[in-house]
Amino acid sequence: MTDPGSQAELVRRSLKRRYGKERRFRLYGIAAVSVALFSLAVLFTDIVSKGYTGFIKTTVTLDVHLDGELMYLNDASDPEQMAMADFQAPIIKALQEYFPNATSRADKRELSRMTGSYASNQVRDLLKENPDWLGSTRTIEFPAHDTVSVYVKHAGDPGYSIRLTEQQQRWTDELLSKGVIDTGFNDVFFTSGDSREPSNAGILGALVGSLLTMAITLVIAFPVGVAAAVYLEEFAPGNRLTDFIEVNINNLAAVPSIIFGLLGLAVFIGLFGMPRSVPVVGGLVLALMTLPTIIISSRAAIKSVPPSIREAAQGIGASKMQVVLHHVLPLAMPGMLTGSIIGMAQALGETAPLLLIGMVAFIVEIPDGFFSSATVLPVQIFIWAGSAEQGFVELASAGIMVLLAFLITMNAFAIWLRKRLERRW
Amino acid sequence: MIKPNKAFAIAALTGGLSLVSASALARDTVNVVGSSTVYPFATVVAERFGRNTDFPTPKLESTGSGGGFKLFCAGIGTQHPDITNASRRMKSSEFEMCQRNGVEAITEVKIGADGIVIANSRKADRMDLSLRQVFLALAKDVPDPQGGDKLVANPYDKWSDIDAGLPAKEIRVMGPPPTSGTRDAFVEIAMEGGCKTFGFIEAMEKKEMRSVCHNMREDGAFVEAGENDNLIVQRLAQDKDTLGIFGYSFLMENSGEIQASTINGVEPTPDTIADEQYPVARSLFFYIKNAHAGVVPGVQEYAKEFTSEGAWGDNGYLVDVGLIPNPRNVRLETAKAVRELKPMTGNEL
Repeated sequence: MTDPGSQAELVRRSLKRRYGKERRFRLYGIAAVSVALFSLAVLFTDIVSKGYTGFIKTTVTLDVHLDGELMYLNDASDPEQMAMADFQAPIIKALQEYFPNATSRADKRELSRMTGSYASNQVRDLLKENPDWLGSTRTIEFPAHDTVSVYVKHAGDPGYSIRLTEQQQRWTDELLSKGVIDTGFNDVFFTSGDSREPSNAGILGALVGSLLTMAITLVIAFPVGVAAAVYLEEFAPGNRLTDFIEVNINNLAAVPSIIFGLLGLAVFIGLFGMPRSVPVVGGLVLALMTLPTIIISSRAAIKSVPPSIREAAQGIGASKMQVVLHHVLPLAMPGMLTGSIIGMAQALGETAPLLLIGMVAFIVEIPDGFFSSATVLPVQIFIWAGSAEQGFVELASAGIMVLLAFLITMNAFAIWLRKRLERRW
Repeated sequence: MIKPNKAFAIAALTGGLSLVSASALARDTVNVVGSSTVYPFATVVAERFGRNTDFPTPKLESTGSGGGFKLFCAGIGTQHPDITNASRRMKSSEFEMCQRNGVEAITEVKIGADGIVIANSRKADRMDLSLRQVFLALAKDVPDPQGGDKLVANPYDKWSDIDAGLPAKEIRVMGPPPTSGTRDAFVEIAMEGGCKTFGFIEAMEKKEMRSVCHNMREDGAFVEAGENDNLIVQRLAQDKDTLGIFGYSFLMENSGEIQASTINGVEPTPDTIADEQYPVARSLFFYIKNAHAGVVPGVQEYAKEFTSEGAWGDNGYLVDVGLIPNPRNVRLETAKAVRELKPMTGNEL
């Protein structure tokens, strides 16, 4: 009926427009990907450029003459004398070797602020361990004071203000040129807990806390989540109750995480009388939070197992349970693991619910079990980011890098597991 | 393939449950909760205490003063904290809550004072404000400038609109967000103080009066700058027309770049804050649960460290972090109360 020539003409004419449309569509996609990549790049550059100095420590290495007379100490094994001794004096004396003119009270005060606030504790601990060192001269490496460290690392950076006096700046420059003040890899950051002194603060406490908390979360949430998903998908009767449960699980996945914190506070701490700030309670709360995610993704994984496999198994006489355990679960396992890891990753970065159960706290000791006080990585970053001392700015960024590394390790482990368990049919 | 999975699931479940039931309740670490204003002082003491003694470092949670009292007064037993910090005195209602829950003997320790300053860059002129002017500049609703007992949305754009004696500069003040203890104290002391100079507001019912006095303006003249007081200080140094609200300790650390406005004619100094001549000053406290001393190791020892001259004295390490010490006679008396764990009677509140 219609003229084939004009039909082809119509198509040819619209062709250019359609190609154009497609090109633009692709461009939008590329633009979207670029925006995402760009943001990621900005974020990483910002964190790394701010945080890499967190992995560098500033040290002051001094030959300290452990003079008993100066410290009012003649027996380092006597705890009473140790409690009354002055361990700052030999440090100041050692610094005076370089600046013999600094003898006034004010000068001494400035000298004592070259090394970190806990330098005298370091001397005391060394003497406590080796009482026979009294009277000898030892080379001791002290962390530099926060203000000295900021000066050494960030002089000239407008983001930092130098709080050293001019005299202290002169001293620092001279000690730098003599190699007394030096910079090196910040091992303290990886071997100690929190501190109010940036040069003594470390991430290890929070890292261990995160590990313990995540272990509890995994041990609770994964088996419960998988069991719930298997029951709902394979055994549950298709009635209203099941629908009701389904709807509620989906809703739970969207509940703000702070609600789970309130729940944990009321149930675990209030009702069961568990202590505050411990990884067990943190892990339980985060397990509740990740459960919906795990159930939903596990159900999706079970659904994606082809019915032919179930039918074939049943066809050769397998019971329902055998079908599920021997065939469906192994095939669905990779998908379930992926879901669990997504849930765990979310839990790893969570601070809000932990605030209510007391895991946002100043904790110096490294946690040694599921019932000892602990914080987690994001909380530690949060605490540092809000601290007044300038040295914490770089530590917060360094902490973010550790958190990201933790996350990437976890994801890599999941991918490895998935690759191992994956089957094709 | 299956057996290990099943075994794992069962082991995991039972393992998890047995951990829960094993809820060990003995505790050897002092637990401290309470005010975020006292937190920076308390953490320094805690860390020193942990390093200098054989006791483990106390655990500190920053819950705010009110939240601290709630936890502290919940009862006796190791699941409850031993000490709570506060940037205001315990209320008698809180004391009663403690008594009801069996927390009977409480020792009050006043650790020193803290001032809140309104400061600007040294490049600009020093401001001289009264609390009334502060209220008029920063409240959401203010009494009608035309007169009468009516409230209108804040009409003032420039300081000179409030008082011809003030500079003809736009009102722009940066301050802490509502989550901050500094904000609470500023609102309660400065804003309420200025607000009550209007007779008809003071005559209002308490609830209504509070809502009038405590609402900060939201039209851009008052900028919430986040919890980080350092940021406010940096902004002030760059922008000489802005004022900032923060704790006295930050002024001290940055006195090279910024200066504090005088309020009601008084300049904030350690002396004027300590004797409460400076109007926006408050005392800081902590409270010890006496029943826990001797049960949880280190409770009294930590309090003693806090109240030692080396810590809170005129040359102590807490002064370095910005604490304004009590006068020496108050310090000696309080330190004695800590040694004897002298309980409060409730009448002093």
